[in-house]
Formats: sequence, structure tokens, C-alpha cells
Amino acid sequence: MSNVLEVKDLEITFDTYAGKVKAIRGVSFDLKKGETLAIVGESGSGKSVTTRSIMRLLSQNANVENGEILFNGEDLIKKSEKEMQGIRGKEIAMIFQDPMTSLNPTMTIGKQISEPIRLHQKLSKDDARKRALELLNLVGLPDAERRMKQYPHQFSGGQRQRIVIAIALACNPEVLIADEPTTALDVTIQAQILDLMKELQKKIATSIIFITHDLGVVANVADRVAVMYAGKIVEIGTVDEIFYNPQHPYTWGLISSMPTLEITETLYAIPGTPPDLLDPPKGDAFAPRNAFAMKIDTELEPPYFKVSETHLASTWLLHPDAPAVEPPPEIKARQKIYEEKFAPKYAKTQVKGGVN
Amino acid sequence: MKSYAKFLGKRVLYMLLTLFLIASITFFLMKLLPGTPYSNQDKLSEEQIYIMNEQYGLNEPVPVQYLVYIGGLLQGDLGVSFQFSNTPVTKLLSTRIGPSLQLGIQAVALGTILGIVLGVIAAMYQNTWIDTLATFSAILGRSIPNFVIAVLLQLIFGVYLQWFPIALWDGGFSSSVLPTLALAISPLADSARFIRTEMVDVLSSDYVELARAKGLSRWTVAFKHGVRNALIPLVTILGPMAVGLMTGSMVVENIYAIPGIGEQFVKSIMTNDYPTIMGVTILYSAMLVFIILVVDILYGVIDPRIRVSTEGGDK
Amino acid sequence: MHKQENTPVADELKNLSPDMFAPATESSMVDNEKIAAPSLSFIQDSWRRLKKNKAAVVSLFVLIIMIILTVAAPIVAPHDPNVQTVEFASLPPKIPGIGIDGLNGTQKVGENRVDKYAEKNVPEDQYYILGTDSLGRDLLSRILYGTRVSLIIAFVAALFDLTIGVTYGLVSGWCGGRIDNFMQRVLEVLSGVPNLVVVILMLLVLKPGITSIIIALAITGWISMARVVRAQTLKLKNQEYILAARTLGESPLKIAFKHLIPNLSGVIIIQTMFSIPSAIFFEAFLSFIGIGIPAPTASLGTLINDGYKTFRFLPHLMWYPAAVICILMISFNLLADGLRDAFDPKMKD
Repeated sequence: MSNVLEVKDLEITFDTYAGKVKAIRGVSFDLKKGETLAIVGESGSGKSVTTRSIMRLLSQNANVENGEILFNGEDLIKKSEKEMQGIRGKEIAMIFQDPMTSLNPTMTIGKQISEPIRLHQKLSKDDARKRALELLNLVGLPDAERRMKQYPHQFSGGQRQRIVIAIALACNPEVLIADEPTTALDVTIQAQILDLMKELQKKIATSIIFITHDLGVVANVADRVAVMYAGKIVEIGTVDEIFYNPQHPYTWGLISSMPTLEITETLYAIPGTPPDLLDPPKGDAFAPRNAFAMKIDTELEPPYFKVSETHLASTWLLHPDAPAVEPPPEIKARQKIYEEKFAPKYAKTQVKGGVN
Repeated sequence: MKSYAKFLGKRVLYMLLTLFLIASITFFLMKLLPGTPYSNQDKLSEEQIYIMNEQYGLNEPVPVQYLVYIGGLLQGDLGVSFQFSNTPVTKLLSTRIGPSLQLGIQAVALGTILGIVLGVIAAMYQNTWIDTLATFSAILGRSIPNFVIAVLLQLIFGVYLQWFPIALWDGGFSSSVLPTLALAISPLADSARFIRTEMVDVLSSDYVELARAKGLSRWTVAFKHGVRNALIPLVTILGPMAVGLMTGSMVVENIYAIPGIGEQFVKSIMTNDYPTIMGVTILYSAMLVFIILVVDILYGVIDPRIRVSTEGGDK
Repeated sequence: MHKQENTPVADELKNLSPDMFAPATESSMVDNEKIAAPSLSFIQDSWRRLKKNKAAVVSLFVLIIMIILTVAAPIVAPHDPNVQTVEFASLPPKIPGIGIDGLNGTQKVGENRVDKYAEKNVPEDQYYILGTDSLGRDLLSRILYGTRVSLIIAFVAALFDLTIGVTYGLVSGWCGGRIDNFMQRVLEVLSGVPNLVVVILMLLVLKPGITSIIIALAITGWISMARVVRAQTLKLKNQEYILAARTLGESPLKIAFKHLIPNLSGVIIIQTMFSIPSAIFFEAFLSFIGIGIPAPTASLGTLINDGYKTFRFLPHLMWYPAAVICILMISFNLLADGLRDAFDPKMKD
């Protein structure tokens, strides 16, 4: 499968009155045609900044210090603003977190949906309206004909998110970025929107980057998962690999803190708080919260170790010299399932010592 | 719709109540004042004073005078001027409202339009030197007292450059340029500042980001999505703006010798012409209260959120 | 695919000593519950932000200097502001040691420059740095004393605004219900009258003078303060920590002083900072139209008014006091703007 999007060594800083915040510290990943990649991480880990940089919609005080973002082989960072305007909404579209605020309160929704269609596909007002109607039916908004003339405040949160999705899909984008599309919604509505997104992905073959801090959502929608911590991807792999054979202690923590039906003991919580990115710590940024931290973690940043062809993790625990550690029981149970069910699927490259 | 009518009725009722209270308070304040219409003239005999008091109804007890005054007010009668005997205040003010209104409307139009442009530009170039310059000019406009600006304009364009008359009102365009400019500075500064703040807010909103994500350019987003949303709250400062203009007109009309309400008001203060002072007070208050009411109604008309929720009867 | 150029360790991996893989020492682990970002108090944080605003800092310095000068006016002023030396009337500025036309005591009369000081037999060592007015009073001294009067009026009026406005707003917002409703109606009526008209009416009733101006300004000035404080109180009232204090049975007065006012301090300071320049303006305005401070006391407004009468011939008599009032107003407004941004970058007026 070919890569639609390749992000390489991306580094982004923000100028603030307190100093330079290193929000993204060397992020690399790729997005294959038709797949859904989930980026998981707590708030402030840099997942939203990464996607805003793909759209080139970072705020004025942001600087891309290094790296490239290849979209079908072309570097988006080098594109002019004019060229980006031709890409945004047409090739790469975005769904935002809060449907209550992401629609213009003083414009009818019909007009808001037709806007990108008229802009990119140069359709007449009437044709754009027809297309907008089609989209509203596609995203399952009842009584679309009449509701085109209404304003956002006349819709519920779930309905508004459907409208936002319709806007994003207006020009059949190649890449769809969904920035926590369900976080602001009620749990029951969340499920509806997730179902809608899964269904839509089957209908229209678009690649999706799905940002979330909710691992439960990830298992449901993603093909691959990238785990971000303090501006870096600490582990990336297929959904099975991340859920059943996680290698990074942070991923262990995330999975252990996820409520499941089988759970019997108290829910695990990762101790401590994320580091201050104004002055990132030397070595592994997760070390201060890591029960398995070694001396080297406080001194050197770990490189990526290859677990399988599709699975990378950035932790010194995978170094051949590292002592064998005992993962939390929840993880051990999962790894057992992995050995039985998935292991044959993913050819094991030499787990220890393999540095790409 | 029914609840909207109810809302409107309530507002009008409050407006009338406010005006009634203002008229009453002004009346009694005036009664506290020393002096009579003729205290400036020397040596009037007892009899003459009695006759004149009779003429102005000042021999009646105060409560009766009050009732007479309020009764007159209901019929649009503001009493008779002390300064120009035999001239009803209503007539005096009606001959003078024209120039004041003309200047006021010109100043608001000029000031807000320029202010909006300045505010939008400042917000679009937020935190650059353009923004700093625009913001600083707005602060300058707000800080320099209007009478200083008026005199400055008069000196530069009237005395030195002689482009416009110094202080000669003929109702024509060229005689209204300088006073309009002097009056426009404060609405300009206010609206520029207001629009900038609103616009910065709007530009950082999620729906503007979504509009940008659609592929619209910054300026298209600013005009199609931003300005309308930033303009709606601007109507809320129309009231304070009107007050500023009333204040400004008192000095500006004086400096440029314009026969308007403001100039008359200052003159009446100097000559203790109480009926005229009361008349202007009530006129100004009525205008202000009316503007506040219009703003309330206008806000509902231009903001679809309020429009529908009041029509629907909920909220 | 995933290159490692950015991780310098890639090449050194082979020569890592094994003891590096020993568990990290306790000392590096103990503080993992510590918040990594440094914490700043509200005031520290605001001050840090204010310091970044150069215009506000410069304004603060200008204001401090002006306040010191006016407080020390009796010492600094070269002449008595109210003594009329009629024979030295209408002198142009003369600054010792400066020969530039306009500042050396000369004035254009027709085509020629005439040394006015020599013409009027002013003693050699007698200087009027900013010249004299038509009654022979020293303009610099009058400006110093006038600024003092204007500032006193502004500060006292602002203090009244503060006390009345905060109390009214707190009571109205905190009590809510009928009391709030009634108090709001009162506000509505009051704000239906242009404040300047009220001020003028009050000045007509009271005897002109500093006290009357302060009272007249105080009567209208507190309204916006009351509005802002009420709105904030309504917002704060329902926050958890206030609810907690109420549940714990603290008295309303104690809650007001311990919880509400500290949290309102930002808006109160900003509002006060805006009411000072507006009081300065109103005093000058009233004096300019002739119902402000009575002669011979100088205030910035009366000085501008006096200067305006002769500004075609002796423009400096108007421009110097006008410049002072502009600098004062600009400084106060810039500082107030800076404070507003520092306290709450997102707060609107």
C-alpha cells in the first residue's frame, strides 16, 4: 500500500512570553491509503499540533523548526499559502472537536456546507445546494431539505457534528483528520458518530487520522495506533500490537488505566504529570513517571526499537543490555492473548537489539 | 412572536418610566437652584417681579408647578425660555436640532466606518507593528480631549491652511467638515478598539478555523465569517457613543459657532435659563433611552440566535 | 522509513556501559508528583506580563514622575501660581542657556523678532520657562498646580467610584432576586441620563469648586463599576469554592472579603484605571465650558480655557496645558490597557 502522507522528523516550537515551548520534538509517521491511523495521548502531548501543522493552520507564534510533511510526495511545509488553500478542504479536510463552536452562528448550515463545494468544485449555487443536500442525507441528518435554511443553534450537538462531518466530506478529501470528534459529545451520541464514521469510511475510501485521548474509541475505529507523549511518538504499531503487545511503559500505563469488563482490582493511574515542554528533561521524557526507569533514561533519549515490521517503540527497555522487567499483570494477560492469537500474523523481527 | 411583543412592551414601559423619573428629578433639582429668570437684570420693583412670576407661573406652589410642568410635557410642551422670553423651549430646540443631528449622524457614520476598517486591519495583523500602530492611534483618539482636537483642527485647517471656514456655520458641506472630524474621533477610536477585540476573539474561534480548513483565504474568512459576527456586538456601544457625541457637541458646537443643541445648552447654563436646561436634559435623555431601546430591538433582529429564540417563545 | 538522525544515540548504542541499565536512583524518582511547570501567583504572573508591555511600563514611569512633580509642586514651582505681575504679562517662554527662537524670550512682532523680556525690563536672572499668561502669572507654576488639582479630583472621584460601585455591585449580585432586580432598575434609570448632563445639573445646584466637581463626578461615575462587579459576582457566586464557603457557614461579609474581592481585584483595578482618565477629562471639559473650577485656582481645564481665549496670538498658553492633559490621559489609558491585558488577556470591556 502506498503512503498518502509521510511526516518526517517534525519539530515545532511555540514562542510564548515565558520562552520557547518545544511542542513537537521529532515526530515521524506515515498514513497509508484507505487506513485509519489513531494518534493517542493525553492533552498537551502534541497530537493536535501535529495535525494542525499538516493543515498548515498553526497559530502565528508557531515555528516549524525541522522536518517535512509529504503529501503524495510533495512537501506541504514548502507550499505557499495560496497552494495550501487549494489543498485544504479539497485534498485534506478536518473535523473539529467541539461541534457546539465549530459552526458559524450567523450563517445557515446550507450555506456553510456549500461553501467548500463552490470554492473547490466551482459548482453553481444550485448544484452546490444539491450536493450539500446529498451530503446531509449521507451523514444521516433527517429532514435535510428544510433544515438547510436553519442556523447552527437550532441543532443538537450530535446533529452539528454530523454537519461538520458533511462539510469535511464535501469534496471527497484524500485525507480526513478527525481531531477528537467525539470528545465533546454525550456518550450515547459518541457511539452514533463513531458508527457513522466507520460506515462512511467503508463508503468513501479516504484515509483518516483519528486523534483521541480515549483508548476505548481507538480499538473501535483504528487500523494502526501511534501513542504520543510530550511531543514525541513513543510507540506505533497495528491496533493488535498496541493493545496486546505494548512495549513502552507509557502504553502499559495507558492500557492499564483503561476500564474493562474483566477488571477486578482498582484502576491503575499513571503517577505524576507530563513534563514542562519549555524545558524538556534530558533523556527519556517519561522517565520521572516510569517505575521501570533506568539510569540511562535520565541521560539519553531512547531511539526507536523495531518490535516487528509494523511496530516501533522508543524505550531503553528494548535494548539488549536492559534487564528483563515484569510488565503489569493486565499487560501480561494481554501479551498472552497476543502470543496465541496475533503473533503469527506479525513476523517477529529480532525483538531485542534491532535498531533501525 | 407573542413573547417578543411582550418583551417589547415591557421595554417601552420601562423607557417611559425612566423618562418620567428623569423629568421629575430634573424639575425638583431646578427648584433647588438659586435665581429666577430675571436675577441678571438689576432693580426690578416688587410689582414687576410679581407680574413676571405670574407670567411664568412661578407664584403657584411647587407641587402645582410640577403638575403643570408634567402635564405640559405630556403634550410636548417644555415651558417657556427665560432667556428669550415668549419663545417656547420646544420651538427654541426644534430650530437647533437640525445642525446637531446632521453633525452627529455624519460623525457616527464616518467614525464607525473608519473604526471598523481600522479594527479589522489591526485584528488581521494582530501583534505586528500595524496592529500596534492602529491600537496606539485608537488610544490617542480616546485620550486627547475632544475640545483639544477641535481647536487643533481649527488652527491647522482653518487658520493656517485656510481650507475650511474657522467658525462659520452655513449648513453647507465645507462648514461641517471640521466639526464632523472633531466629533468623529471618539466614535472612531471606540469602535476601532471594540471591533479589534471582537475580531481577535472571532478569528481565534473554532468556526473560523473550520472555515480556514475549508480552504478559504484569511481575508475571505475574515469578511464572510468574521466581520458579521464581530459587528453584532458593536450595536451595544451605540448608547455610550451617543452620550459621547452629546458631550462632544457642547464644546465642538461652541468652538465652531454652530447653532445646535449643545451650544444652546452651554449658553442656557451661563444665563440660568432653567426651562431650557430642563428641556435639553429631557431631550438628551429621551434620545439616549430611545437609542438603548433601538439597540435592544436591533440586536434581536441581526443576531439569528436571539431572533429565533424569542420568536419560538422559549428561553 | 523511520530515520534516526535526530536521536544522537544511534551510533553510540554499542558502547553503552551496562551499569547504565541499572534502575534509576530513588532521588530522581521521588518528585514525580511535582508539577513540572513553575507556578506563579496571579499578581506575579500579571506583573510579568505587564513588564512585557513597553508602552504600559513607559506610561507608568511618566505617571510616577508627573505625580511626584505635582505633589512637590510647592517646592518645584519657580513662582507663586496665583501672583499677578501685570507688568510682566504675556511673556513668551525663556529657558536659561537656550538660544532657539521661541524658547529664548523673543517673539515675532510683524517682521522682526523682539526680545520681550528686554522690552518689559524683566531682570536678567528672571526666567519664565513656559512664559506668562495675560495677567503675568508664571505658566509653568500654574500648570504644576493645575495638574495637582486635576489629579486630586481624578483620584478622589475614582475612589468614590470604587467604594460605591463595588459595594453596590457586590450587594446586587450577591443578594440576587428582588433586591437585585430593584437595584438593576435603579441603574437602568440612572444610565438613561447622559452622565455629563447629571454632572452639569449637580454643579448648578452645588457651589462651583473642587468638592462639588468631585461629588458631581462621583454621582455618575460608579455606575459602570457597579455593573462590572455585579456581573462578575453573579459568575463567581455559583463557583464551587464560594458554595463550599457558604456550606461551611461563613458569613457573607467574610466571603465577600476573603473570596469575592480578591477574585474581583483584577476587574476592579482595571475599571478604576479607566475611571481616572475619564474624571480628568470631565474636570477639564467642565472648566473648558466655564462651569468648573472658579478663578483664580488653576486646573488643567481652566488653563486650557484661558489659553483658548488668546490662542490666535499666544498659542503656547493653550498648547502647554493641552499637551500635559494629553500626556496624562494617554499614559493612564495605555497603563489601563496594559493592566487589562496583563490581568486577563481575554477579558473584554
